[in-house]
Amino acid sequence: MKKILSILALLSVAIFAEAQNPKYIAAMEKNIAALDTTRDGAKLQNLANNFERIASAEKSEWLPNYYTAYCYVNMTYSTKGNEIDTFCDRAEKFIKVADSISPNNSEIYTLKAQIASARISVNPMSRGQKYGMESGELREKAKELDKTNPRPYYLEGTAYFYTPPMFGGGKDKAKPVFQKALEMYETFKPASTIAPNWGKNSCTYFLKECDKK
Amino acid sequence: MNRILFTFTLILLSFQGVLAQTKVSGKILDQKKQPLPGVNVFIKDTYDGASTGADGTFSFTAADTGDVIIVCSFIGFEQIEKKIKLTSSDFTFNTTMKESLNELKVVTISAGTIEASDEKKTTVLKPLDIVTTAGAQGDIVGALKTLPGAQQVGESEGLFVRGGDGSETKTIIDGMVVNKPFFSAAPDIASRGRFSPFLFKGTVFSTGGYSAQYGQGMSSVLALETQDLPAQTSSTLAISSVGIGGGYNKLWKEKNMSVGFDLNYANLLPYFKLVKQTPEYTRAPQFSGGSLNFRKKTSTTGMLKFYGYFNLSDLGIKTLSIDSTNGFKNLFELNNSDVYTNLTYKERLGEKLLMNIGASYSTNVDNIRTWTDSIRSQSDMTQGRIVFSRGIGKLSMLRIGAEYQYTYDDVKIDGAASGYGYHIRNTIYDNYSAQFVEADIYITQKLVWRAGARGEHSTLEKEYVISPRTSVAYKVGEKSQLSLAYGQFYQKPDRTYLFYPQIPGYNKATHYIANIQRVDDFHTLRAEIYYKKYDNLTNLNDSTNSGYGYAQGLDVFWRDKKTIKGVDYWISYTYLETKRKYQNYPKEVTPPFAAKHTASLVFKKFFEKLNLSSGFTYTYASGRPYYNPNNPEFMSDRTIDYHSLGINGAYLRQIKNCFAVLAFSVTNTIGNEQIFGYRYSYDGKQSAAVTPPAKRFFFVGLFLSFGQNRSKEVIDNNN
Repeated sequence: MKKILSILALLSVAIFAEAQNPKYIAAMEKNIAALDTTRDGAKLQNLANNFERIASAEKSEWLPNYYTAYCYVNMTYSTKGNEIDTFCDRAEKFIKVADSISPNNSEIYTLKAQIASARISVNPMSRGQKYGMESGELREKAKELDKTNPRPYYLEGTAYFYTPPMFGGGKDKAKPVFQKALEMYETFKPASTIAPNWGKNSCTYFLKECDKK
Repeated sequence: MNRILFTFTLILLSFQGVLAQTKVSGKILDQKKQPLPGVNVFIKDTYDGASTGADGTFSFTAADTGDVIIVCSFIGFEQIEKKIKLTSSDFTFNTTMKESLNELKVVTISAGTIEASDEKKTTVLKPLDIVTTAGAQGDIVGALKTLPGAQQVGESEGLFVRGGDGSETKTIIDGMVVNKPFFSAAPDIASRGRFSPFLFKGTVFSTGGYSAQYGQGMSSVLALETQDLPAQTSSTLAISSVGIGGGYNKLWKEKNMSVGFDLNYANLLPYFKLVKQTPEYTRAPQFSGGSLNFRKKTSTTGMLKFYGYFNLSDLGIKTLSIDSTNGFKNLFELNNSDVYTNLTYKERLGEKLLMNIGASYSTNVDNIRTWTDSIRSQSDMTQGRIVFSRGIGKLSMLRIGAEYQYTYDDVKIDGAASGYGYHIRNTIYDNYSAQFVEADIYITQKLVWRAGARGEHSTLEKEYVISPRTSVAYKVGEKSQLSLAYGQFYQKPDRTYLFYPQIPGYNKATHYIANIQRVDDFHTLRAEIYYKKYDNLTNLNDSTNSGYGYAQGLDVFWRDKKTIKGVDYWISYTYLETKRKYQNYPKEVTPPFAAKHTASLVFKKFFEKLNLSSGFTYTYASGRPYYNPNNPEFMSDRTIDYHSLGINGAYLRQIKNCFAVLAFSVTNTIGNEQIFGYRYSYDGKQSAAVTPPAKRFFFVGLFLSFGQNRSKEVIDNNN
């Protein structure tokens, strides 16, 4: 009887242990799938909340925190003015947690760079230089940490795309960078089914925009 | 055996699934009882939760029972975490969320203050706005003259604010007074400010009622804050129609230290050969100078900064004498050397305590020569300042500080050239000390009360005076606020009078200001009414402090960055009614530096496709009073109205790692006749208008900035 009970105990532990992981993966997969097609601010907020909950439950995982921050950064694209800073501050709060769980992570540095460049929109004239430089440095670090990651290159392309030509940007500068990013997207292998793998569609879209006059 | 195991496991699993299935639901509202959609309501450390809908309601099933913590998390609001006990029956959770501290929603003292800074979000101007204002020629004061409160005084340097003369505005850099913020100039020809607007990250132009931290400016204070560490190492080169300059600023790799210098030389001779000037220049104005700066982050919260500036200037001018009938010209030659240094250190001493220490030394020597006299005037100032700021609660702040200024003024007049052989020398020393205490008390996020007092003592004045200062601001709406200010402001009399055997006492002004403003991302509307009472002004008729006066009026400012695409414009209007009896005035009159109506329209447009930024500034002021000895009514004559249209443009281009700006500007483009006043001969029969030395001033310049941007190098290498 003792033997059966101890086997039962072991089994239940194994079952419970396994029960968490598939639950985590399933929850993440479901929300990540919704991410790709969501641009609406209110829907992104709901997704951010979902990821925030997963992050609360899975304290040793960096990905839920990463995706929460990712949602908030994407919300800045449908707001303007000083509101953008509020969203960026919140994104930073979560990316900091992700960073403490998984330091020197290329995807995390890419997202940090994205948050910095989002702040430029508040006042491009006076913020362009400061946050442009900050974003650039974070991007470079992201590239160094994972040479196969296409996302820092995609971000760089958008930086050139949105910077006026008189300040060294423009579509001509952006195009080769997007092309390089697209090549990298073709060969990139994400670490898992829930690791960051976004941006290919946007990259393709931007490449088309570069060709327009 | 297997079947028992299997069943048992099933029971165990279903146990987990079935036993605790509590329904949690409720509604989340804000403090105004409005529903909050998008709030994340969940059981801490679990997956269980939901987002509130458009009506603020939520509903989810919780897997656990017992003691848990429910969390409400929402951007812009204070997070709620509450202990609750879940049983198998439904649980209702309704609550109100409180808005978290948001800089945009917090009220700020705005009466009498116009701030231009990148950091604060509710400011009226950004430093870049100052640089790009047409007609200002890149001079901070020139740009501030387009704001309400400032008068258009074209023949003297300085800021003439709300009926006060130029000496009533003090220029302050990093908390410390600058003795000679303007270049020395020939009489009736205005000079510009010494410091480039690019040196500063923040500008606070106060039109009255300013903080107890500053003093000795009866009308206003221009408080400038120098830049911190640069974003990158850079070198600059400037070539213009008036001179050349260059500089280098190195940022250490660890980004915690920077050292930089710049040198410049200007000579107006080539320009004067092209554009005729009314006065005859025996020596065209020449300026050579430079600066050195050092900045170091001493810790994560500490910063040490040093700025050193030096400048030599020289000019010689001959102007037609009004008293002569044969074309005799008066000679005025000026040679100036100026050194200004500023050292500041700031550090956080505790979580809420900030310390700011500063020291400054400056020396200025003017050597002036006329046909009859040779004058050497030296003015030195050494100062120290310390301020402690302590945060109280979330928003309130207490400031205590002290400052000390030692001034040395020496004037030596030699009449030897004329043969009269008189020598006069006078030296004055003053030890000025001040202490101040001030608190910004936030009664609520929307209501703040600032109360403070400043005590000042001067060994020359031999008197200790205390000036109370207070202001209140209330946020009446999401983007608008109402602000009131009151204060007393003492000032030592003008330097000239300090040389008198009988030194007059402090001059005094009392301010009453009411302001209402509305600021959002694209528009600013500001209206301010003021009353300023002057007392104890210097009266030369009886060498006492029996002078007095008043100034009152209305300032209006409207800025719009959105309505016209790509255009940023602002309109400012000042109504000023002022009279004073001081100096040698026989009675109370409107002084010559005050115009009843002043208005400015500043317009800027960015042509993105052309890489061109362009703008114009149109300024109008009604006629100014001037003294006419033939008129028995003292100071009752008025000049013609003043009109000026300035235009400027800048073409921007980035070539590899060099950022180039080709700038041009013209003042008084359509050549309006501008008369600031009149000078009369001894017998009153001849008069000459005081006008600018030339109708227009043209400027063309090329500015190159070379930065080391490594990410760009990477792209170039990859291609």
